[in-house]
Amino acid sequence: MSRLTKRRPRGYLERTLDVLHGAIDRTLAAELTVSRRGLLQRLDPRVKVVGLLSLIAAVALARNAPTMAAMLGLATILAALSRLTPALLLSTVWIGTFVFTAALAGPAIFLTPGRVTLRLPLLGWPVTAQGLTTALYLILRVEAAATFGFLLVFTTPWAHVLKALRALRVPVVVVVVLGMTYRYVLLLLESASEMFEARRSRTVGSLAGTDRRRLAAASVGVLLSKALHLSGEVFLAMQARGFRGEVYLLDEFRMTALDWTALGSLVVTAAVAIWVGR
Amino acid sequence: MHIPDGYLSPATCAALYAGAAPFWYVALRRIRSALHTRLVPLLSLFAAFSFVVMMFNIPLPGGSTGHAVGVALAAIVLGPSGSILAVSIALAIQAFFFGDGGITALGANSLNMGVVGSLVAFGVYRLIAGRSALTSRRRFVAAGLAGYAAVNAAAFFTAVEFGIQPMLYQDASGAPLYCPYPLSIAVPAMMIGHMTVAGLAEMVLTAGVVAYLQRSDVGLLRRTAGPAGDDDSAPLPERATLRPLWIALGVLLVLTPLGVLAAGSAWGEWAPSAFGDPASRQAIAAASLDRQPPARAPRGLDRLSTVWTAPFPDYAPRFLRSATIGYLLSAMFGVGLVILAVTAVAWMAGGRKPPDAVETAGT
Repeated sequence: MSRLTKRRPRGYLERTLDVLHGAIDRTLAAELTVSRRGLLQRLDPRVKVVGLLSLIAAVALARNAPTMAAMLGLATILAALSRLTPALLLSTVWIGTFVFTAALAGPAIFLTPGRVTLRLPLLGWPVTAQGLTTALYLILRVEAAATFGFLLVFTTPWAHVLKALRALRVPVVVVVVLGMTYRYVLLLLESASEMFEARRSRTVGSLAGTDRRRLAAASVGVLLSKALHLSGEVFLAMQARGFRGEVYLLDEFRMTALDWTALGSLVVTAAVAIWVGR
Repeated sequence: MHIPDGYLSPATCAALYAGAAPFWYVALRRIRSALHTRLVPLLSLFAAFSFVVMMFNIPLPGGSTGHAVGVALAAIVLGPSGSILAVSIALAIQAFFFGDGGITALGANSLNMGVVGSLVAFGVYRLIAGRSALTSRRRFVAAGLAGYAAVNAAAFFTAVEFGIQPMLYQDASGAPLYCPYPLSIAVPAMMIGHMTVAGLAEMVLTAGVVAYLQRSDVGLLRRTAGPAGDDDSAPLPERATLRPLWIALGVLLVLTPLGVLAAGSAWGEWAPSAFGDPASRQAIAAASLDRQPPARAPRGLDRLSTVWTAPFPDYAPRFLRSATIGYLLSAMFGVGLVILAVTAVAWMAGGRKPPDAVETAGT
């Protein structure tokens, strides 16, 4: 590669922009997959919230590796039936989760006391059967639970996930605050991204450490002032429309025969998994 | 510090949800009575702000970067009730929507970062800021130390939750079912990372934003300022720097050798030879509720104690006869090594000192 085409090291502004854009991109990716015509997309959001949370609980309770592996397999099949491609699963959940969990579980292979099965060549570190087992438990469990969580979000519009939380008796004020928070998360991500983009467009070279810290603090400070100012304006707008502190939700969800069948299947599967995995 | 699903047992998760619930309830009641109709928009916007702040890279001295939680800032601007709710809601959005932190572990994450973080941050901030003016430098130092203390307190809670898992949950073969590391590994592993990078990131963010607000929007600091905090007569700081925080760190460093005044060894840090020495055996028994230690050192301790010989055994270099001097030097060497390691990693990651930036227009 020639000197001219060599990529410059990315600076602080660019890296922060990458993170902010990554969060916005993920939101857009979820918006696209929720509209695909797959199995989970057709179900009532309450069924998905209750069913998938039951499966996550079953994964958390499982005490043997075959059950955890079977649950990961089930999550993969449900993803395929919902038209979520393995490439999307890999890039969004599996690789990131595996790298993070394997880094944490790796040392346990050598540190967990138990029956020594082999020793690492050259280093002589003991690998124990219990260490291998506990690392496998952690990786399978975390992957399976993360995949079920991914299925919920990538097949259900966020507003519906929130409304369905009422089925779990989450207080209505919390549901409303969560919904409004989500809406303004996107706005503030966009605001932060624009602030950094504007600063990048008028900055030549890289910023020194002190300037980077001052820029981060000033950006957060401006964002804080904007958020609180906006909350005042939103409040006035709500008041103008008759808001008096009481919040209500429209609940137009209707359960069909398919929903009842799916709910029964998911909950029974979770119960069987808990029994087999005990 | 965001615990994903699968690291904690369901029983632990349930207990931590139950632990967080009273704080959520009390915080909601307190803030509802204070805000009433303004509750929904204010909490929503502040939670959205907390969420976005968690994504910011905070540049640290030495060139590296870290992520902050923003909990101390939330506690300083909104007070502990608002902060507990706003941070918990931001964590819920992260867990449900971004898969960052588990759904079953949401109670644990909210308790560690939302509740413990907010209360520690608020307590430290009020304690150190005292009755100083809103624009005083003391508030800036108080904010930085509040951020540092809050993140480390939250990390300690997280480490303890991790560390109790292998004691409580194992399969028939003895393999841990959830987080596999005991307290002796989980606590130091978590605390080293948080006492350096993450704690520093929170300190830089909180102190920096409070300094910014002191100059541009001081009214936001009034809510939690205490009885005498509304005296704005003090002059604005010309240019807030991190110097007072480094001075505080230096004071802590100088205070470290107080350890030489503590007699005996720390509980559980006995050498294998201590089990054979009658005087040491008596000291161990006295520190262990009069329970006599085994006649010989445990086999595992005996075997593993020779695996690694630290360059400064018992904090005293071999070439120094005085243990006190050795202890002092070891403390300074340890801190220096951490700073050196951070600088080295930053340098290798490409964070070498850049040429001075030139801004072409405006600020």
